[in-house]
Amino acid sequence: MYISFSNKPKQADADGTPRPRGRRTVSSTVVAFGVVSMLTDISSESITAILPLYITGFLGMSTIAFGFLDGLYQGISAVVRVAGGYTSDRIGRPKWVAFTGYAIAAIARVGLLFASGFGALTAVISADRIGKGIRTAPRDAVITASSRPENLGASFGVHRTLDNIGAAVGPLLAFFILLLIPDGYGTVFVASLGFAVIGVTVLGLFVPNVRTRSDAPADDGPDATPSPRPRFQWSVVLSGPMRRVLAAAGLLGLLTIGDGFIYLVLQARSDFAAQWFPLMYVGTNIAFLALAIPLGRLSDRVGRARVFVYGHAGLLAAYLVAALPIADIAATLLCLVLLGAFYAATDGVLAALAAQLTTPETHGTGIAAAQTVVALSRFLSAAGFGILWYVLGRETSILVVAGLLLIAIPVVAVLLRPYMAATGGDSGQSLETTTGEEETR
Amino acid sequence: MTAKAKWLVIIIVAVVALGATAGVAAFAWSQYQSRQNAPSSAEIAASADWTTSNRIVFRNTAPGQGYGHVAGVPIDDPGAARSLLDIACDRVAATPDSFSCLRTERGITPSYDARLYDSAGNQQLEWPLPGVPSRTRFSPDGSLVATTSFVTGHAYASIGFSTETEIHHVSDGTSLGSLEEWKLIIDGTPSAPVDRNYWGVTFIDDSSFYATVGMTTVGQTYLVKGDIQSRTMTSVLETVECPSLSPDGTRIAFKRVTSGSGPTVHWTPAIYDIASGEVTVLDIEKRNIDDQIAWLDDDTLLYGVPNDTPGDSDVWALSADGADPAQIFIEHAWSPTAVRG
Repeated sequence: MYISFSNKPKQADADGTPRPRGRRTVSSTVVAFGVVSMLTDISSESITAILPLYITGFLGMSTIAFGFLDGLYQGISAVVRVAGGYTSDRIGRPKWVAFTGYAIAAIARVGLLFASGFGALTAVISADRIGKGIRTAPRDAVITASSRPENLGASFGVHRTLDNIGAAVGPLLAFFILLLIPDGYGTVFVASLGFAVIGVTVLGLFVPNVRTRSDAPADDGPDATPSPRPRFQWSVVLSGPMRRVLAAAGLLGLLTIGDGFIYLVLQARSDFAAQWFPLMYVGTNIAFLALAIPLGRLSDRVGRARVFVYGHAGLLAAYLVAALPIADIAATLLCLVLLGAFYAATDGVLAALAAQLTTPETHGTGIAAAQTVVALSRFLSAAGFGILWYVLGRETSILVVAGLLLIAIPVVAVLLRPYMAATGGDSGQSLETTTGEEETR
Repeated sequence: MTAKAKWLVIIIVAVVALGATAGVAAFAWSQYQSRQNAPSSAEIAASADWTTSNRIVFRNTAPGQGYGHVAGVPIDDPGAARSLLDIACDRVAATPDSFSCLRTERGITPSYDARLYDSAGNQQLEWPLPGVPSRTRFSPDGSLVATTSFVTGHAYASIGFSTETEIHHVSDGTSLGSLEEWKLIIDGTPSAPVDRNYWGVTFIDDSSFYATVGMTTVGQTYLVKGDIQSRTMTSVLETVECPSLSPDGTRIAFKRVTSGSGPTVHWTPAIYDIASGEVTVLDIEKRNIDDQIAWLDDDTLLYGVPNDTPGDSDVWALSADGADPAQIFIEHAWSPTAVRG
């Protein structure tokens, strides 16, 4: 390994008690940040879930034109994401960059209480997306900085599990409120604001202000001098192992057509799927959250690149189940579980992989770059698949993509071969010590 | 800040935030209950029997009891007391013999379905919809029914909307399939934009119809004429949404984007004369009209416009030549159909 893992506080070594390898612990910072993400996801998903009902049923509008804004948001979010990662690397304080992202989203919700119309809603969602773009990479940088290299995968797994609990609870909470109060949209907005505020508060109070630049001053003292030379290097992100990871993520991303199309195939064939269509992404989410920790741990043991690459077999299997002519409940559920497994094997694991292959000074940008490549390539993939769908028909086009994926997985495995088994935890004995007081089960 | 102080702060913040939410919820709940149990703000007829006369069938949006229920008034006396059925719908369309009802089934997770009833309110058929109800229309002979719903949950946390439009046989509920699987010919060339969506069917007869196809990314919409036999749709005119064919079959009323886009879009009613190809924008109507227009007769358009009460709306009438300003036709109403039979 030629990547250093010098991001641990010095006192960790002073503490000096080596822990048995493979002990299943993650830092309390990771759990705290997981709780922040959970609360924030409850907040944003509760609004997202009721949006269609609110706009059409309550405001009495048909908003076909709303769809075309979505592509724009995707673009903004991608640019902002790299900027967020880069900023957090340059100033070396990912927590406060992330805090800005969370705070923007929370403040936007205040506006919703006073002007609840379509325009206000659009503004809130824009702010939410921008905030999400800003906060994602610094958040993952904090998680990296407060985790031991050898359990980075498990740390991201814990975080993604909590995150997805929020994404599953948010819609249920919103619909529960609407079940009690059928026109209680205002109540949902208040609840959303409440959870956002609690989330930001937990972030401010319970997530330590970790430094990602080793030459940054260790405290917030007023006489802390700015560091003379930030050691941020683009070459860490854009060449060497990271270049291969970005290429791999991009190639696989181009063959990730998006859940939407898979759900549509299922829906067109099965009455069960048609009836439960609005809930399919919740099912995928639940599988994701259930599998994020086990697969994160697996990636710590057998290599993150390996789990990331072979995790796409879950996607491949989901394509096959969707395309094969089995129209029953079991096939639909299996497909959702496979999709969830795919996300669990790739989402947090990719962040862990990017963190593993970058220096502490470039974690934020490296993670952001990987996530941006994935987002953009999936966006292109969805657009391209739509054309294929029309030309070849539903099942055939899915089978074509499945065939390409079947070829791409081994190709990417070869491309990433030098890093397949690397877990970041076996590069030196100092890595077996822990950060001491921040451990929790 | 000590650990104890941090916990104190977070507990206070959580109690305040959740307490405020609970308070708002309790207030909203009591408000809702008192509204629901209040007598309807519209005059309700003693009898729910509406089958005796030519009528307007609509969704009652008068706050109070019977909110959201299917209602009817005599066509020649739309201000009269309304007959209510004990059936709640989001969208309704009717023929002399039956009506279709698109509804949201509330629950811890909402679901959506389409139901067909005979005119007395006995349910005949039911099938699930993939999302929030948008439009429904019958063919003139009552043998086909079209439904459009917004498809949501397409992508994780996505707010992009798309639609699904299907035509079903009224006799047995069999579907002709999603229009997105049909052939589309734009300006003479087969076309298949990825982001195409269909909505707002209006039938010519039991073998052909008009509808909107929209490319949501660029915002372009077309009026298409659909042929059921060949499962093909052919573009007729650009920038047309939610067409509605006049009873005499000579004109199509629709909504046209006259300014803005996305969230600021402004639609104005317009008339397309099929024989001459001439389009007249009825800009005497200054408000944003977001509805599939219905024809009261060959000279009068009907459409819903939300009023000041959230969730409530009125049906307005506008002369099809745009000569006179729109007037309220039925208060507290939505989704009208003129039924003559």
